[in-house]
Amino acid sequence: MSEAVLSAAPARREGATGEALTAWALGLPAVLAYLVLLLLPTLAAILLAFTDYELGAPAFAWIGLDNFSELLRDRGFAQALRNTVFYVAVVTPGSILGALALALLIEAGTRGRTLFRAVFFLPVVSLTVAMASAWQYLLHPSIGPLNAVLRQVGIDGPAWLSSSDTVMWSLAAIGIWENLGFNLVLFLAGLTAIPREMYAAAEVDGAPSAWERFRLVTWPMLGPTTLFVLTITMIRSVRVFDTVKVLTQGGPNRASEVLLHAMYLEGFTYFRLGYSAAITLVFLAIVLALMWLQTRVLDKRVHYG
Amino acid sequence: MVERKTSLLRDAPRLLVLSLLGLLLLMPYIWMVAASLKPADEIFRASLSLIPERFAVAQNYGRVFELVPVARYLLNGIIVCGGILFFQLLFAIPAGYALAKLNFRGRELALGAVMLGLLVPPHVPALPLYAGFSQLGLLDTYTALIAPSTISVFAIFLFRQFFKSLPDDLIHAARLDGMSEMAIVWRVVLPNAWPAATAFAIFSVVAHWNDLFWPLIVVNTPEHATPALGVLFFRTTEGDDDFGALMAAAVVMTAPLVIAFLLAQRRFVEGIATTGLKG
Repeated sequence: MSEAVLSAAPARREGATGEALTAWALGLPAVLAYLVLLLLPTLAAILLAFTDYELGAPAFAWIGLDNFSELLRDRGFAQALRNTVFYVAVVTPGSILGALALALLIEAGTRGRTLFRAVFFLPVVSLTVAMASAWQYLLHPSIGPLNAVLRQVGIDGPAWLSSSDTVMWSLAAIGIWENLGFNLVLFLAGLTAIPREMYAAAEVDGAPSAWERFRLVTWPMLGPTTLFVLTITMIRSVRVFDTVKVLTQGGPNRASEVLLHAMYLEGFTYFRLGYSAAITLVFLAIVLALMWLQTRVLDKRVHYG
Repeated sequence: MVERKTSLLRDAPRLLVLSLLGLLLLMPYIWMVAASLKPADEIFRASLSLIPERFAVAQNYGRVFELVPVARYLLNGIIVCGGILFFQLLFAIPAGYALAKLNFRGRELALGAVMLGLLVPPHVPALPLYAGFSQLGLLDTYTALIAPSTISVFAIFLFRQFFKSLPDDLIHAARLDGMSEMAIVWRVVLPNAWPAATAFAIFSVVAHWNDLFWPLIVVNTPEHATPALGVLFFRTTEGDDDFGALMAAAVVMTAPLVIAFLLAQRRFVEGIATTGLKG
């Protein structure tokens, strides 16, 4: 050891340049991959949105904001935007309130914690495409178990996934089912972090009912977690694609068209890459707005308490 | 919420409610498995019995294995997820180490680039990447499936955060022993990074095993299809009528990850809850 120190110490560093070279050498594969596979394609996608590029076309032209003005007139796109907002607006509160209620129930006792957490987390690790097929069977208008149950009580269930009245609600219900376990785990972590003494203190201070304890201790202490879960769920659910692609392809008559599926259709089915890139930019703008909201929320979290 | 040993009797209502809700949540799985065991005529009668009167296991699962290359899809899933994870770690660990422990000009810039990359969902570079792979004649190859995901700025960020908390003395000692920086990364730092590496590995494999968007874009033959795409192909070749076989296919493709989850439940939950925050 001492021998190593003597021999290595003087020759070890050639100073700052050596360290910088080492750092860049270590980072080189990542830098190259970042440039070629992430930065350049992202910039290209932004530029593409201002062209009329179609795959296989011999040439393309800069058309300025024409793609975006076409988006404004495109009723299918407006529908996709509305549906995406609807989906986010249903899945976010649904999966958050559901997860919060489950987390409180699970935390209220000591038995079965691991088991129930695993059960509710299962959809997070399940193949979405396969589970979408299971949902398709469950919701099938004539042979599906759900409508079979409804028939038993004399209700004629709707065609959940093929009627334009119910299709977005059905997709949102599946979305809640998918996101519940993820939010549950975040809430459980938040609940565990609340000091036990605070509940004892609240009880001493005259908050004997469970509801009072929730209102005075749990809810305020869980505030930062809730805000965080809120933005995370919104960012996750704006990306809805798999269930739409598998179950409805945006139908019937675009009643379940969503942003990413519209982008997929334009870009990879009709090969209108320029127009598809314009939809991608709208999607990116929404995601960035939500992330901005998230950093604002997280800033508040730092100042909290 | 108050820590106090409740009797089983007083705890019973809570456990009952949780069990009922759990059962409700498991409905898609229960009916998926039940339908995969039933012959077509029983499915079309829409009876509410979960247990088939006549088992059609061989028929349904046999059809799946006969009609689609199940083993091929599963193998492709392993190759793609394994390939992606291998390159993600290969690129991200040294980069994360450099950002955490080395002083160099441009470090702030590099860190800024990482943060910038975190803002971009993978759907955004998809169009130009597709055009590029198409130009290069690489559509429908493992390269096209794996390459775009090999750079994970999230992994770089995660490992940087983790390495920052490693004591500098550990690295100094290794340098004094005459180890090269490369050797330090793989032989000193990595063994200490297992918690972060396993968490990230679980997150990455779950994300890419389940991903449909990118495979759908670049692959159009069964030869390179991943399990997610395989289910979709099965649906289009089989139509939507043969629910027994479709459910059997869904069970087969879902099983590997679900079994892995049940075996290492705690690790999965922690891995996804701590790293999956990327969303």
